[in-house]
Amino acid sequence: MPRGVKAMEMNQYLEVFIEESKEHLQSCNERLLELEKNPSDLTIVNEIFRSAHTLKGMSATMGYEDLASLTHQMENVLDAIRNQKISVNAEILDVVFESVDHLEEMVLSISEGGDGKRDVKVTVDKLKLIEKGESPVQAQSKAEVAVAVAEETSTAKSDYDEFEYTVIQQSKEQGFEAFEITVSLREDCLLKAARVFMVFEVLEKIGEVIKSSPSVDQLEEEQFDQEFTVTLVSKEPKEDIHKKVLKVSEVNKVDVQVITLSNVRQKQELLEEEIVSQLQVVEETVNTLAEAPNQPEEKKKQTGAKQANNKTIRVNIERLDILMNLFEELVIDRGRLEQISRDLNNQELHETVERMSRISGDLQNIILNMRMVPVETVFNRFPRMVRQLARDLGKKINLEIIGAETELDRTVIDEIGDPLVHLIRNALDHGVETPDIRKAKGKAEEGTVILKAFHSGNHVFIEIDDDGAGISRDKVLKKALKNGIVNEQTAATLTDKQVYELIFASGFSTAEKISDVSGRGVGLDVVKNTIESLGGSVSIDSKEGVGSTFSIQLPLTLSIISVMLVESQQEKYAIPLSSIIETAIVKKEDIMNAHNQQVIDFRGKVVPLLFLKDIFNVPVYEEGDEFYSVVIVRKGDKMAGLVVDSFIGQQEVVLKSLGNYLTSVFAISGATILGDGQVALIVDCNALIK
Amino acid sequence: MTETLAADLKLIIFQLKGKEYAIPVSQVRSIEKVQHITRVPGIAPFVKGVINLRGVVTPIIDLRSRFDIDEVNYSDSTRVIIVALEDMEVGLIVDAANDVIDVATNSIEPPPEIVGMKEADYINGVVKIDKRLLILLDLSKVLNPEEVKTLNEFVG
Repeated sequence: MPRGVKAMEMNQYLEVFIEESKEHLQSCNERLLELEKNPSDLTIVNEIFRSAHTLKGMSATMGYEDLASLTHQMENVLDAIRNQKISVNAEILDVVFESVDHLEEMVLSISEGGDGKRDVKVTVDKLKLIEKGESPVQAQSKAEVAVAVAEETSTAKSDYDEFEYTVIQQSKEQGFEAFEITVSLREDCLLKAARVFMVFEVLEKIGEVIKSSPSVDQLEEEQFDQEFTVTLVSKEPKEDIHKKVLKVSEVNKVDVQVITLSNVRQKQELLEEEIVSQLQVVEETVNTLAEAPNQPEEKKKQTGAKQANNKTIRVNIERLDILMNLFEELVIDRGRLEQISRDLNNQELHETVERMSRISGDLQNIILNMRMVPVETVFNRFPRMVRQLARDLGKKINLEIIGAETELDRTVIDEIGDPLVHLIRNALDHGVETPDIRKAKGKAEEGTVILKAFHSGNHVFIEIDDDGAGISRDKVLKKALKNGIVNEQTAATLTDKQVYELIFASGFSTAEKISDVSGRGVGLDVVKNTIESLGGSVSIDSKEGVGSTFSIQLPLTLSIISVMLVESQQEKYAIPLSSIIETAIVKKEDIMNAHNQQVIDFRGKVVPLLFLKDIFNVPVYEEGDEFYSVVIVRKGDKMAGLVVDSFIGQQEVVLKSLGNYLTSVFAISGATILGDGQVALIVDCNALIK
Repeated sequence: MTETLAADLKLIIFQLKGKEYAIPVSQVRSIEKVQHITRVPGIAPFVKGVINLRGVVTPIIDLRSRFDIDEVNYSDSTRVIIVALEDMEVGLIVDAANDVIDVATNSIEPPPEIVGMKEADYINGVVKIDKRLLILLDLSKVLNPEEVKTLNEFVG
C-alpha cells in the first residue's frame, strides 16, 4: 500500500485511539490509587485489567508495538493478581505505576505526532520478574548503587549562606544527615516542572528540603536545562534516597552526596570573596526576571500548536441538557415575540424578529443534532482492527459494514465501542475458521463478517454476523457444566437459544488457550452488562457450521423523537411516530361490535378501537361529529386504532421524564414541551396493546 | 449572638384556608404564579398535573386537595411553591405565600394530637409567634411517591 494512503487512513482512527487511550490510562491511574488503599479488593484489579486489555487491543491494532507489549506484560501481572497467584504490595504497585507512566508518555508522544516508541525494557523485565513471583527492586538497586558509589567523592555543588549553613550544622548535631542531590532529567522530558514537583514530593516525605538550585520558582517555570540540585536534611540512608528519587519517571540520573560541614565552609569563604561579582549576577537576574513574563506566553503558543490536532472536544451531556432547556425557554419567548410583532405591525420589528426566528431555528437544529452521532464514528476503526486481527490469526476475513450512517444518541455511542470490539474479536477468533478448515468444509476461503446497523421501531439494532463455525451446543453445555453455570437437569431442558445465552454468563470462556485476541473470560459478560445498562439487550442466533449472529438492540428514546401531536377534547398528546402505522378518518356507522369491543375493518384486518378520552379520563366538553379520527398504532404485529378528536401534526420533540415524583404513570412514557410552552404527554402505545 | 444565629431556621410561610403553614427555605427552590397545568391521567387526584418550569417538567400538587380541604378556584394570590426533596422537584399549590420569617429551632413544639385531621400526618411541629400559629410541614411525608402509585393500579 502506498505510504500516503496509509497515513491518511490511520489519521482517521488516531484521534479516537488517542482520546480513548487517555481515558483508559486515566482510569488505570485512578483505580491503581484506589487499589493502593484497598490492596485486597480484587474487583478493582478486574477493572484495571479490563482497561489494560482494551488498551492492548487498540494499540496492537494501531500498530504501536511497544505500547502493546508493555500493556500485555502489565496485563499478565494483573491477571496473576486477579487469580490470586501473587498478592499486591507496594513494590508491585510501583512497577505497575511506572508502566502506566511509560504508557502515558507513549500516548503523549503519539498525540504529538511521534511514533510512540520508547525503551521500556527495564520496566518489562521488572514486570516479568513480578509475574514469576520475584521482587523487582533488588535487581534494580544493584545496578544503581554502583553508579552512586562511583560518584561519591565529588564536592558540594551548591553555595550556602549563613542561615543554611546553620541549619545544616544544627541538623547534623541532631543526628540528621545533609545531602546534596543532583537530579538530571531525560533530555526528551516534556513536563519538567511536573517531574520537579514529583521529585520534591518524594524528598519532602523523607526529609526537609532546605535549598534548591536553581530556586524553586525557577524550577517551577522550567528555567533550567536538564539538571537541578537540591539540598536535603534527612535521616534516611543515602541509597534509599537515591532509589526513591530514581522512581520518579523521566529521571535519568540521580547523584546523592553527603555534605560535610568542612566542604560547605570552604565554599562559603570563597563565596564571601566573590561578593562583588555576585552583585553583578544579581543585577543580571533582575534583568532576566523583567523578561520572564514573556516566556510563559511563548510556551502557551507552543502547547496551542501541539493541541491543534484535537478537533473534537468532549462535552458533558448534562451541559447539553442545560443548553437544551435554556433554548426551549428561548423558543417560547420567540413565539411571544412573533405574536407581539404581528400585533404591533411595525416593519422594523417584524424584520428583526423574523431574522431572529431563522437563526434560532438553525440553532435548534444544531442543538438537537448535537447529541446524535452516526455509528460511523465507532464503526470506522473496525476495518483496520479486523485486518490486523485476521493477519495475526492467520485467517482471511472480509468485513462488510452496512448502515454506518445510522444515528444514535451520543450517550449510547460513547458506550457501545468496547462491547462491539469484544464481539468482533469474538467473531474473528472463535467464529470464522482458518482457511484450510473452511476449504475442507467446502466454504470460501475468505470468511465474511457483516456489521450492520439499522433503525427499527423505537430501537436501533446492531448486528454482527459471521459465516464461521457457529456455536456448538454440546461444547457450550459441556463448558457450562464444567464451570458450574448450569446443572445437568436444567441443561437438558434448555433450548438452543438458551444454551447460546450461556456464553454471556460471567466466568464463561470457550477459548481453549489464552490468545492475544480474546479469551481469559473478559468480554462477553461485560458486553452484556454494558448493553443492558444502556437499556438494550443482546441475543444470539447460530447454526452450527453455518455461522452466528449477535444482535444488539438499543433504545432510541434517549432524547429526541418524532411524534404525531393529537388532540382529545382540550388536551394534547404526542404519539411516537415509530409506533404509528397510519392515520385514518372513520365514519361512525363503519364501526362494528365484537364481544363488547368496538372494531373497524382496516385494510382487511379487524382492528380494535381504543378511545383516548376513555383511557385517559379526559374531561368531555363537546361531543364529536360523525367522523372519528383514528391513529392506527402497533406493538409487534398487533394493531389497535386510537380514537382522538383531531390530528395536529408531526413534530420532532425532546423527550423529558416526568421527574422522580411521578414514576410510573399508566400508558405515559414521558412528556415534552411544545412551542407554546405547554407540556404535552407522550403516549406509550406498548402499554395500550396487550 | 452567634449562638442564636446558628439556631435560627428560616421559614417560608404560606396560607391554606386561613391557616398558616411553613416550610424551611432550604427546601424551597422558587415561588411561581399559577400557569398552564397539563393534566396527567390515572394518578392521585391531588396531583393536578405537570407544568413547564423553565424547561423542566415539574409535577404539581394541590395542597388543599392533599389535606382534604375543599378546593377553590385559583386566584391572583394563588402561588406554586417549588420544593426540592432528595432528587424530586414538585410544585405545591397554596392560597398565598408572602412571608419569610426566622424562628429559633427551640421554639418548635411537637405537633398537637388531633384526631381525624388528615394533615396531622404531615406535620413536623408547630411554632407559636405572638398570636400566629405556624404549622411546620414534613415534606418527606407530603411528597411520598408511594401514595401516587397506589392510585395508579385501578386505571391500568
